[in-house]
Amino acid sequence: MSGPSTYQPNSGFERWLDARLPIVRLAHDSFVDFPTPKNLNYWWTFGGILAFCLVVQIITGIILAMHYVPHIDHAFDSVERIRRDVNYGWLIQSIHANGASMFFLAVYIHMFRGLYFGSYKAPRELLWMLGVVIYFLMVAAAFMGYVLPWGQMSFWGATVITNLLGALPIVGESITTWLWGGFAVDNATLNRFFSLHYLIPFVIAGIVVLHIWALHVPGNNNPTGIDVKSKADTVPFHPYYTVKDGFAIVVFAMMFAAFVFFLPNALGHADNYIPANPAVTPAEIVPEWYLLPFYAILRCVPDKLLGVLAMFAAIFVLFILPWLDTSKVRSMRYRPIARQFFVVFVIACLALGFFGGQPPEGAYLIGSRIATAYYFAFFLIILPVVGLIERPQRMPETIAQSVLRGAKA
Amino acid sequence: MVAWPLIDQMNPAADTLALSTVDFDLTAVEEGQQVKVMWQGKPLFVRHRTKKEIDLAVKDDTASLKDPQTDAERLLQVDGAAGNAQYLIMGANCTHLGCVPLGVNDAGFKGNFSGWFCPCHGSDYDSSGRIRSGPAPTNLPVPPFKYTTDTLVKIGAKA
Repeated sequence: MSGPSTYQPNSGFERWLDARLPIVRLAHDSFVDFPTPKNLNYWWTFGGILAFCLVVQIITGIILAMHYVPHIDHAFDSVERIRRDVNYGWLIQSIHANGASMFFLAVYIHMFRGLYFGSYKAPRELLWMLGVVIYFLMVAAAFMGYVLPWGQMSFWGATVITNLLGALPIVGESITTWLWGGFAVDNATLNRFFSLHYLIPFVIAGIVVLHIWALHVPGNNNPTGIDVKSKADTVPFHPYYTVKDGFAIVVFAMMFAAFVFFLPNALGHADNYIPANPAVTPAEIVPEWYLLPFYAILRCVPDKLLGVLAMFAAIFVLFILPWLDTSKVRSMRYRPIARQFFVVFVIACLALGFFGGQPPEGAYLIGSRIATAYYFAFFLIILPVVGLIERPQRMPETIAQSVLRGAKA
Repeated sequence: MVAWPLIDQMNPAADTLALSTVDFDLTAVEEGQQVKVMWQGKPLFVRHRTKKEIDLAVKDDTASLKDPQTDAERLLQVDGAAGNAQYLIMGANCTHLGCVPLGVNDAGFKGNFSGWFCPCHGSDYDSSGRIRSGPAPTNLPVPPFKYTTDTLVKIGAKA
């Protein structure tokens, strides 16, 4: 909790503004003098990194939209023109395409942090749920964004995924036609995907505002999971965490730059350099790496409709997580049994990512089924049960005490 | 409701809906050869079947089929008139998830029924385009068509 505002307007202008629109006060209370637990480790820098990613994607995206043409006869060529003829187009396009991957890398680390340290538990349930909404919108935006260059993978990925809706009983076919705006993925589809791809980041920005607001009501969680008890437990957000987050963003940007300048196509698929051809299906159809776990879940279920439901359930189960975990202890630092299941969970997620990129047959199929089973078991069986039977380790009295005793990161 | 125009605008527009027709000259297809024709944004197979393929298709009329249809049914013109067994016209998107299956003469064909084989998830179609094995739920769909002459077919023709 932040308590009463400590902002003191210094100049005549500041006082004038504060009396009419206290926006500087809001910024001061939220990001300067905001009392933040003093023991936050580097896993807590990813929120700031994500904000950085969103801004980068919006800026590069708006610029790309000045040159991109959302028509099937021109889309592919307009992207090539951006890469070759538009001044610094090569740089802006590379940042945007690799930025999507960086965005997802950061969001997965951010989510795993939330799981491990119990940041989803009361009173932060809504904060967590807003996060899941943001994640879902990110997936939608990324999916549509990948269609825009209109390469073979753009077209066929769109065809496979939109065809899934046909599995829904009764309304399936009408919904698919409605989404396509025709009888197949075609120009109508491309055009509307461009419109929605431009829209969604701003919806995300709005929900990020709610996400930070929901965070600032109880205040940040921390690695011990115990509540802030006094001023001794906190430091002001500025300069401690502005500088720490700034440093983390610089390191993150260095890795980002390594991809942008030296490995610009490493995370993409070569087939997307072939213009879309509705008459020829590529040898393999795979989404970008950050969607592979869902692809694995989808394909490991033999029934089309059940596969679709399982894929959506994988996100939905995150939504209800605050009510699945029965533990009274937040941080897995002090939960010896839960911690081990969590490690296996991370491995299962990485395994799903691997299997999503393989043909769904033989050992790969068996593996993806095991990993999927564990994914759902972790949320629906393990977390509810372990919370009830586990004996947590001894926790420090206060955050300040945990820092003084030199607790591990 | 008030919101309906905002939703309905996404449904296919009038120009998209106009059941466009394609006139195709069948003499362009050699025996044992197939051609892909685009119609309503999607590819169609037009195959000039060999005698062996036709006989196989008719023989399997009584086989156990996931989506039962006789070969003759799949050759009918839009007005119910009998078609031409030599030319099979059907949608080229696998009814599972939309990939384009490989024909008998295509590289990588691994089918068991001398028809079409989908490399994506192994759906296996026979020489009449009927699903025989694999995850696809229905046969490759036959569009409405009408022969305007012995060798000219109008695909998308209305009855």
